[in-house]
Amino acid sequence: MTVVERREIALVDLLDRLLAGGVVITGDLTLRIADVDLVRIDLNALISSVNEQVPSPWQEPL
Amino acid sequence: MSGLRYVYAICRPLGSTTLPSQLTGVAGVPPKQLTHHGLVAIVSAVPEEDFSEEPLKAHLEDLDWLSATARAHQSVIDALTVVTSPLPLRLATVFRDDSGVRTMMETQEETFRRTLDRIEGRVEWGVKVYAEFSESSEASDSPRSSGASGSTEISEDTGAKSVKVGSGRDYLRQRRQQRRAHEDKWEQADEFARRLHDALSRVAEDARIHAPQNPALSRASGRNVLNAAYLVPRAESEEFVELVDRTKGDEPGLRVELTGPWAAYSFSGPAGQEGA
Repeated sequence: MTVVERREIALVDLLDRLLAGGVVITGDLTLRIADVDLVRIDLNALISSVNEQVPSPWQEPL
Repeated sequence: MSGLRYVYAICRPLGSTTLPSQLTGVAGVPPKQLTHHGLVAIVSAVPEEDFSEEPLKAHLEDLDWLSATARAHQSVIDALTVVTSPLPLRLATVFRDDSGVRTMMETQEETFRRTLDRIEGRVEWGVKVYAEFSESSEASDSPRSSGASGSTEISEDTGAKSVKVGSGRDYLRQRRQQRRAHEDKWEQADEFARRLHDALSRVAEDARIHAPQNPALSRASGRNVLNAAYLVPRAESEEFVELVDRTKGDEPGLRVELTGPWAAYSFSGPAGQEGA
């Protein structure tokens, strides 16, 4: 495909697809990404990368 | 292969075509094909210490790890997209072993086949619209710099005597006008996004609207007023891209961005539903 020039894909565009799109299958190892709002994952990933004190987004919120 | 099984995608048998030999996936492991019941799962054996549930959860909070893994995942999907129309799975879909993958393929077989039929020969294009105007740029429109309209109002409203009161009233009026102008601009931005989305949806086979992107993450300037995905036959992609290109620069203050071609990430759910 050479229709558009290939630049490095922005992480946020990638995550829009990899975390919000794609078939969700409950594997025998269950990752509950499907149940977590994309924005929340993104923000938590971003925030925890700058602030170690932020609690895990995977624990039940409040 | 020992370790866990990370599954990227399901596709139809690739036939004589092969994946690039130098292709590496997540954890630096080359992806392999696992054929079962006439479908193929693209799989990497990944180490348990990184991909079993607890370490994986911890890793996913690490933006560097998430980013590297997402890019590795995408490079496999990208390579597949060149040779077939893969059905991508959600990032970090992990199974204990090959037989777990096979069981999953059996239970999902019908759905996979239906979806693969629907996305066969199609790719996904992402289109975003950003509105660039900001509150601050308008607030800096002082009476002096705004020229005619500002000074006309001062004279008709207050005359020369009560400059203080007049300028206060004038200030409020101006703020009101700014606010209105600001609202108008947002309305125009929404209208532009709606029209563009309608036009693209007519050309595309299917469309999805994603949540607007967070500017803190995208580091893009402006507010994201449209973040959409379109399913387009490969053969019609050039036409679609040209259509998007023609809208670029149509409206001052609005920026249109195109990404793709992607595998059909946003169209991987059952027909008529979100990919999720």
